[in-house]
Amino acid sequence: MSSPKQDIILQLQKEVLSMQRLKKGSAQNLNTGLWEVEQAFPDHTFPLGAVHEFISNASEDAAATNGFMMGLTGQLIKKGTAIWVSSKRTIFPPALSLFGIDPERIIFVDLWRQKEVLWAIEEALKCDAIAAVIGELSELSFTESRRLQLAVEQSRVTGFIHRYSPRIENVTACVSRWKIKPLASNANGLPGMGFPRWNVQLQKVRNGKPGEWQVEWSGGQFRYIARPVISITETPKRKAG
Amino acid sequence: MVRRKPELKDVPFVMAAPERGRMVIKAATPLAQAKGIDVEMVVADCRAIMPELQVLDDKPGIAEKLLNGLAEWCLRYTPVVAVDLPNGLILDVSGCTHLWGGERPYLKDIIAKLTAFGYDVRVAIADTIGAAWGVCRYGTISPIVAPGKQSDALLQLPPAALRLDPAILERLDKLGLYEVQSFIDMPRKALRRRFGDTILSRLDMALGLEHEVIQPIQPIEPYHERLPSLEPIRTAKGIEIALKQLLEKLCQRLIEEEKGLRKCVFKCYRIDGIVQQIAIGTNRPSQNVVHLFKLFELKIATIAPALGIEVFTLDAPVTEDVAAMQDTLWNFKEGGNGTAVGELLDRIAGKLGVDAIHRYLPDEHYWPERSVKVAASLTEKAQTSWRADLTRPIHLLPKPETIEVTVPMPDYPPMLFIYKGVLHTVQKADGPERIEQEWWLQHGLYRDYYCIEDDNGARYWLFRAGSYEQGDPQWFIHGFFA
Repeated sequence: MSSPKQDIILQLQKEVLSMQRLKKGSAQNLNTGLWEVEQAFPDHTFPLGAVHEFISNASEDAAATNGFMMGLTGQLIKKGTAIWVSSKRTIFPPALSLFGIDPERIIFVDLWRQKEVLWAIEEALKCDAIAAVIGELSELSFTESRRLQLAVEQSRVTGFIHRYSPRIENVTACVSRWKIKPLASNANGLPGMGFPRWNVQLQKVRNGKPGEWQVEWSGGQFRYIARPVISITETPKRKAG
Repeated sequence: MVRRKPELKDVPFVMAAPERGRMVIKAATPLAQAKGIDVEMVVADCRAIMPELQVLDDKPGIAEKLLNGLAEWCLRYTPVVAVDLPNGLILDVSGCTHLWGGERPYLKDIIAKLTAFGYDVRVAIADTIGAAWGVCRYGTISPIVAPGKQSDALLQLPPAALRLDPAILERLDKLGLYEVQSFIDMPRKALRRRFGDTILSRLDMALGLEHEVIQPIQPIEPYHERLPSLEPIRTAKGIEIALKQLLEKLCQRLIEEEKGLRKCVFKCYRIDGIVQQIAIGTNRPSQNVVHLFKLFELKIATIAPALGIEVFTLDAPVTEDVAAMQDTLWNFKEGGNGTAVGELLDRIAGKLGVDAIHRYLPDEHYWPERSVKVAASLTEKAQTSWRADLTRPIHLLPKPETIEVTVPMPDYPPMLFIYKGVLHTVQKADGPERIEQEWWLQHGLYRDYYCIEDDNGARYWLFRAGSYEQGDPQWFIHGFFA
């Protein structure tokens, strides 16, 4: 491919991005510390001012997902406060300091009804004085997610929607869909548990390349773990008789 | 009563209530009084005087209720109306009478309106409450006491006009002091010795030498705005316009005085006499018209204008000084500020209730359930720092749930555990971390906490309540690590 053609393609890609309002004018960047993961995003930067969707199906996965989200939020919240809207909250605030967050910087809004949760998330996303909005709910229809996306396009707030055991994993207008699962930690031969480690699956990302990575949270930042050669050692089935 | 039962209009009747086993008359109509029937008589005696007398039950509290209702009605004459039990109303008419063209037309209007309702009223205007009280009840010459002429007006009146106790009145009567003028010039010392302090203070009150306060039925709001409308308003749009105008006036005043309101009440006085009101509260003092309007906007739909609203009022019962800037704590990103967050929370609290919003601060307890406390306000700062050295799970179950374990004795972490019917094989474990009961708060078993990682890499926080030496301890799951 000749170089002028590549330029044209790059130019067009940028135009498409600006049409989709993903490209930002400001130099605000989220340094996730995960170069490998950032390659999956358009423009190689983590999309801020957008709504990210996380899906988890088990309590263990939900904890891992919240851990990963908190790792991201910890970067954002340095510049402000976050609002956590949920209907069934189990988060334990003292644990947030592990992710570099002052738990008092997070304002929790605990509601019962799904509709109220959505309303509160939308209102919070419209408020540009907030650094991040975390919403925990199970169902999110396309229309509802579109509303949230429109809200952040105005305010440039970053939203994380954590859907715990949704009935169906329907299409949404969110910029990405993540699935986080816990992985066995590595204590480097020492007894006991190591740093939290997750399997981060980026299932969908607008204008990017989905992928799967293994990530560890240690020393207050994410660390990419080179994927080990997976050797599936299945336990031999015991033969009858 | 006549108003409700017109057939009683020309019949003498009394209100009676039981007292010490007898029916005693509490109120009597002028027709009945003309026949010599008076308050505090026993019904049986009155029946003897007047067999056709109608006796109605006097329900306790009904007179007070009626009086309160009348007092509220009288708010049209002045904003300061007080109830003077058992049978009077006190109106502070300063600066009000000229609207009716002077004191005489003012009184005439009150009398005419109330008489039309069927009430038997007497009125008086004086500089002091005491003088007005006396002239109103016992005066015979003129209901209007000219400024500074209280003592002249009082001279001819009986001592009862001074609001004295029956015991004192009786003694005055015995001594032949039938009029105020006969003792008003006596030496104060002599009066005090014979009749006590009350007579002097009552005299001073009537003459304006002693200050007397009344308890208005509607407390006077320092921040109060009023908007009458030419035509009755019936539309939501009209209400919004009225609300906006009032808010602008109120906020203008608040800004000038460097105050912010925490509570605000918007009242709509309907043509049919019913008052509709909506109230809002804010998380931090606010003087922002747009924000306050947004809070009210959520509730405007609850106002039923019916035939129309004639007067709108806006009160700010709770105001606070606006703190210079409380934003330092939050260190907001460029352009944003704490006010915006406060306003967002106000909207959420206004719609979904203030109980929904929580913020947590560390509390000095090791016991996990007690290690956080709810912050009282948006700006409350932590007294102590968060403990970073303890491993705490990101998810904590509201109540520990029991699990079944296979565990080597006595203090090792489990090898297997079953939670919700699923078997987890323990791969790695940390612990135990013993957390003792805080005996000054609660008694019970201590907990030995273990951090557990199973074969899927999932991490749990388990504990054993008590030890194996004390019998068969229960195992619980209390949280999930990230």
